[in-house]
Amino acid sequence: MAHKKHDAHGSQDFISKYVFSVDHKVIGLQYLITSLLFLLFGFILLMILRWQLAYPGQPIPLIGRLLSDNLAPGGVLSPTFYNALGAMHGTIMIFLGVVPLGVGAFGNYILPLQIGAPDMAFPRLNMMSYWVYLPGGMLMLLSFFLPGGAAQSGWTSYPPLSVINPGQTVWLLAMLLIITSSLLGSINFLVTALNMRAPGMSLWRMPVFVWAQLVTAVLLLLAFPPLQAAAILQFMDRVAGTSFYLPANLVVFGETVRAAGGGLPLLWQHLFWFLAHPEVYVLILPAMGIVAEIIAANTRKPIFGYKEIVGAMIFLGGMSFVVWAHHMFVSGMSPKLSNFFLITTMIISVPSVALLTCLIFSLRGGSIRFTTPMLFALAFLPLFGIGGLTGLPLGLSTTDIYLHDTYYVIGHFHYVVVTGSIIALMGGVYHWFPKWFGRRMDDFWGKVHFWGSVICMNGVFFPMFIQGLSGVQRRLYDPTAQLHNLPTQPLNIVSSVFAWLLFVAQIPFIWNFFYSMFKGKKTEENPWKATTLEWACPSPPPHGNFEKTPHVYRGPYEYSVPGHKNDWTPQHVEA
Amino acid sequence: MSATAHASDPLDTVTGIPNGKLGLWLFLASEVMLFSTLFTTYLVLRMASVEWPRGWEVLNVPLAMLNTFVLITSSVTMVLAFAKAATRDKKAFNKYLGLTIALGFVFLIVKGFEYGAKFSHHIAPSTSIFYAVYFTMTGLHGLHVIGGIVLNALLLYWSSKDWDHPLFVGRIEYAGLYWHFVDVVWIFLFPALYLL
Ligand code: HEM
Ligand SMILES: [Cu+2]
Repeated sequence: MAHKKHDAHGSQDFISKYVFSVDHKVIGLQYLITSLLFLLFGFILLMILRWQLAYPGQPIPLIGRLLSDNLAPGGVLSPTFYNALGAMHGTIMIFLGVVPLGVGAFGNYILPLQIGAPDMAFPRLNMMSYWVYLPGGMLMLLSFFLPGGAAQSGWTSYPPLSVINPGQTVWLLAMLLIITSSLLGSINFLVTALNMRAPGMSLWRMPVFVWAQLVTAVLLLLAFPPLQAAAILQFMDRVAGTSFYLPANLVVFGETVRAAGGGLPLLWQHLFWFLAHPEVYVLILPAMGIVAEIIAANTRKPIFGYKEIVGAMIFLGGMSFVVWAHHMFVSGMSPKLSNFFLITTMIISVPSVALLTCLIFSLRGGSIRFTTPMLFALAFLPLFGIGGLTGLPLGLSTTDIYLHDTYYVIGHFHYVVVTGSIIALMGGVYHWFPKWFGRRMDDFWGKVHFWGSVICMNGVFFPMFIQGLSGVQRRLYDPTAQLHNLPTQPLNIVSSVFAWLLFVAQIPFIWNFFYSMFKGKKTEENPWKATTLEWACPSPPPHGNFEKTPHVYRGPYEYSVPGHKNDWTPQHVEA
Repeated sequence: MSATAHASDPLDTVTGIPNGKLGLWLFLASEVMLFSTLFTTYLVLRMASVEWPRGWEVLNVPLAMLNTFVLITSSVTMVLAFAKAATRDKKAFNKYLGLTIALGFVFLIVKGFEYGAKFSHHIAPSTSIFYAVYFTMTGLHGLHVIGGIVLNALLLYWSSKDWDHPLFVGRIEYAGLYWHFVDVVWIFLFPALYLL
């Protein structure tokens, strides 16, 4: 990619420059491409599955014949393959798609630039993070080719079924690799942000995006090891015959499982959600950081409540460790305990609302430029709002008992992660593309992509609320098998058609991305006239980033300061 | 403050804490989460089970006692190795680091005898939930010991050519921190499994 002239270190060959690179920018781009591919793959899995939901029992057109007979006999998706598709979709989207995109790609590329550092604190460790993530992801995909097929117990991998079902051992191994990669990454991010800031870059002058990455890194650092421990125990259950998660005399499919017993299936749920709740903030915080950056640059005014936003993020991060069991209201918890988790959940929703409110207030009185990234950032606000608000009934134990494991839940979290995280991350791609490649993405196709995506996403996920409220369960192989699902069955067709259209809407993006990378309009260093440090170095930045270490004189968003004749003053410009 | 300046002067950081040290502390924080999860698991499983064997009745306390002394001694030799590196006494440094490595091996060998005795009585992780906990926790700790031995061996190997590297003493310090951590985990494991 367009690095040519700046390579100070001369004789780097292709391998050490693009494959085993220690440059945070190259690693960021590696993460970017890889995670986008995983996202696409996870999406394709779901498009297959959506056929079965819309037209249960009918052979899948085109793809059906390509699948082998034990996956799809006669072209009809088999129930076990349906389960594998669902489980792998969830796992891939979260652990191989959105997190590596938000943290691995954006964090790696942008964070060192925004704090004025020449690279990450541990460049070789950084390389290793990527090279542990990629094999982990490949291993996850390879599990499709195992004799028993891929994991089938959902992305949550609940025992006892996860201990008994095939495919899960490789899932666990892959997860251990992915967790290790995240841990290495989070240590690197924390040390970099704390230790490598340019002179004058105090904590309160760091852009919101850097703060978001910082809090995210803490969550990854502290929440992943418990899942690692839990995964080790499940691994032992599968390969060493232990029974950490198996009670005695367990009967599955009419047969008694041979296990010493004494284990607790619920233990897994606790350990899993202790990670997985903080994980949802890992999915959303980088996205919020990106939205803040885009809004600041395109409203030409300071972010409303910078300190409040940062405070809310930190509070959110801390609280996220004490709400996990709101995913377990129907697990037979004592009502006292339920109440504790209900209350903490209501408390944690306050900073989320505060964050969103600050971002919305930031628009007030701004002279908004409706650039492509800004459209994505603007769409994020109401759509993420829907995702957040629909979460409240799930946090209240009384309403959750009705809604639990229905399509309402699926609708809720897809509003958060798709019209929330992914929309924002897409906006981030358009926003920072000029920095990455020194060229711009085409605006027209960007807008086509935007409108196509936003409309289709709502078309896919909104019907799920109605289905869920009418009692349609999630993870159903054949929704028409139960009478109470029949009235809402047409919605499954609506949702599926929009899912396929959503795919079509991504084609302009894919084309635009690769075409612009080589042929896009050349840009100057700072096309958006933004104030943060990443725009103070050439596009793309050379090895070592800044020609001279920048000195930071002011906060991150000094736009339209009264009494100044310029509309904006970059952080590194004196007076 | 170019990239190279960072590498050569470990103290040239915003917080004044060298990158390596900060990184290691963060790593240890994640390790603490890992092991506390396992200890919590142990506690929960034990409280939930009808019967739980007394550690000292089924496990070999004298061997574990011996191992405790071995590890504590190795922590001492590790401290000495660091002190010798700091005062630039290469010969003594090699001796103490070598001793630390050797003691790590002794620990593993003793552990091997313990495991071997269990296996020869047809006791394995699958035997009962107690042994599942015992083998998994001590096994994971054993893996950490192996990791420490490898790390120390690498440093011993590097000492010949990197002795004057500005980061060398720091690296010994970090390896020491890690080794003490592994030691501390055992100090908790020993009473939890063998004495309670
Ligand atoms: C954009 C296109 C997407 C579509 C059309 C889609 C659709 C669906 C559907 C219909 C289900 C329910 C499957 C079932 O009944 O078993 C599902 C499950 C799930 N999705 Fe998505 N999804 C999309 C993107 C994402 C993203 C971006 C993420 C995460 C970041 C995600 C995470 C999940 C998870 C965790 C599950 C639960 C899987 C399980 O039950 O184990 N999805 N998705
Ligand atoms: Cu949660």
